[in-house]
Amino acid sequence: MPKKFVKDLNVVENRALNATNFLIKVQSDTKLPEIKPGQFVNIEIKEAEEIFLRRPFSVFEVDYENNIISMIVKILGRGSRKLTEIAVGSRLSIVYPLGKTFTYPAVNDKILLIGGGSGVAPMLFLAKESGLPVENVDILLGARSKEDHINLNNYKKYANLHYASEDGSLGEKGFVTQHSIFTGNLKSYSKIYACGPDGMMRAVAKEAKATNVFCEVSLENLMACGFGVCLCCIEPTSKGNQCVCTDGPVFNINDLKW
Amino acid sequence: MVDLKVKLHDIEFKNPVTLASGTCGFARETAEFFEPGLLGGYFLKGTTLKNRDGNNYPRMAETPSGMLNAVGLQNKGIDYFIENIYPEIVDYDTQLVINVNGSTVEDYIALTEKVNELDKINAIELNISCPNVKEGGMAFGVSCPGAEMVTREVRKVYDKTLIVKLSPNVTDIAEIAKAVEGQGADAVSLVNTFLGMAIDAEKRQPLLSTITGGLSGPAIKPIALRMVWQVARAVKIPVVGIGGIMTAADAIEFMLAGASIVQVGTAIFKDPMIPVKIVEGIEDYLKRHNMLSATELIGALQE
Repeated sequence: MPKKFVKDLNVVENRALNATNFLIKVQSDTKLPEIKPGQFVNIEIKEAEEIFLRRPFSVFEVDYENNIISMIVKILGRGSRKLTEIAVGSRLSIVYPLGKTFTYPAVNDKILLIGGGSGVAPMLFLAKESGLPVENVDILLGARSKEDHINLNNYKKYANLHYASEDGSLGEKGFVTQHSIFTGNLKSYSKIYACGPDGMMRAVAKEAKATNVFCEVSLENLMACGFGVCLCCIEPTSKGNQCVCTDGPVFNINDLKW
Repeated sequence: MVDLKVKLHDIEFKNPVTLASGTCGFARETAEFFEPGLLGGYFLKGTTLKNRDGNNYPRMAETPSGMLNAVGLQNKGIDYFIENIYPEIVDYDTQLVINVNGSTVEDYIALTEKVNELDKINAIELNISCPNVKEGGMAFGVSCPGAEMVTREVRKVYDKTLIVKLSPNVTDIAEIAKAVEGQGADAVSLVNTFLGMAIDAEKRQPLLSTITGGLSGPAIKPIALRMVWQVARAVKIPVVGIGGIMTAADAIEFMLAGASIVQVGTAIFKDPMIPVKIVEGIEDYLKRHNMLSATELIGALQE
């Protein structure tokens, strides 16, 4: 039995969450395999001659009852822009599920999830999947301004939401690493997870290391295949150069050469 | 019933579709999508005597109808392969070919001697054409004396099928093909990637850590096809066709130009199921054209 699939899935929703983020939902007519936070899909961008390779996107939600996979697609370049123009009712060729998930928190853990840019999706997915009571889950989201944040009121039942914006238009002013929840008692958390821009994850990792708190980050290195054969998305680790697509995308910061 | 079997020198491929070295890992990775026995064979990831970390990130740049890579033969070395990977893939019902790479002739010989001990490996692909390593690799493959020397020395220690993988980054690829044929190569495979380059104009920086890298994908297909045609006319040994194959029609074109079997490479990044679709497409083609065997396609171009 195959563990990974290439299938044409039906686009059942494509909705703008703000100016640059879109929620895209695709439906399979067969039963979905288990898909965990941190795992991703690789999507073919059709009718775009100049775009040869697929584009990877973190999974945001999985609805096993209706066999629907949701992604938050942030416009970053030609490929993602083209994808956000997809019409509901059309089909997308998707390779799934790819990559590995996070180390799940233990029953009494208190966790901090930090997301920025396109890294918000796996953090919210993990918050939901963690099974922890709301008071044990803090989510800290960073963006440039209020307009770049997406409405996450639905997630209040899974976590306490905290915001940072560079212009101060939502939550605290500054980067996520300047937010009071981060500069406060970081040691009160048993696990920290982060996904977002490289600079953000490195800054988070630095503090987590300094305070000796367990921390995993989900990397977004440029990749061609997504299933471990091209060796293009490598990240130097304590175990040598590893593939972000198959050895990751989730890495413990102690294994990275940051 | 059409017969898809094709012989390359003295080994049989159940169909002419194989995967190219550097694009199919060690076959285990594609086995997560489909049964390895569906394909004629696998040219496994380029293997060296010792562990190689490869080049720094970034190693990849998307280009029109293709991509550049600068992986630089990252692999854990032949001993790791023999101990950890070979036992896992040895029972795959398909031909497994090891792609061997060295910085020196001694490396190639030492590697070949180790591969010789592996019963299930019926052939090696001698890589004298990797554009992404500083020593060895393409240095041997871009001159007739270099290509001749490596082929001759490896031939001395290897009795099974010896396939030499040629670089297209030469003035006359047919001359190199003839040179390795003269030293006892049983087949040639071509082409490896074309040396290319990509620049980020906004940042005024190269897109690859190594500045230059190997171009692959459908962008190179017409040039690769021309080279396969030229080489097939120049040598008597069989030719393995490689270069931008995306569809069954592409694979058939290479066979018509003279290839006995083909390798699918970069296409698998676009769709991991493409190789299986190509096998089905070749079968359909043979039926449509009332052909009984895939061998009828080889060199059947009507000029």
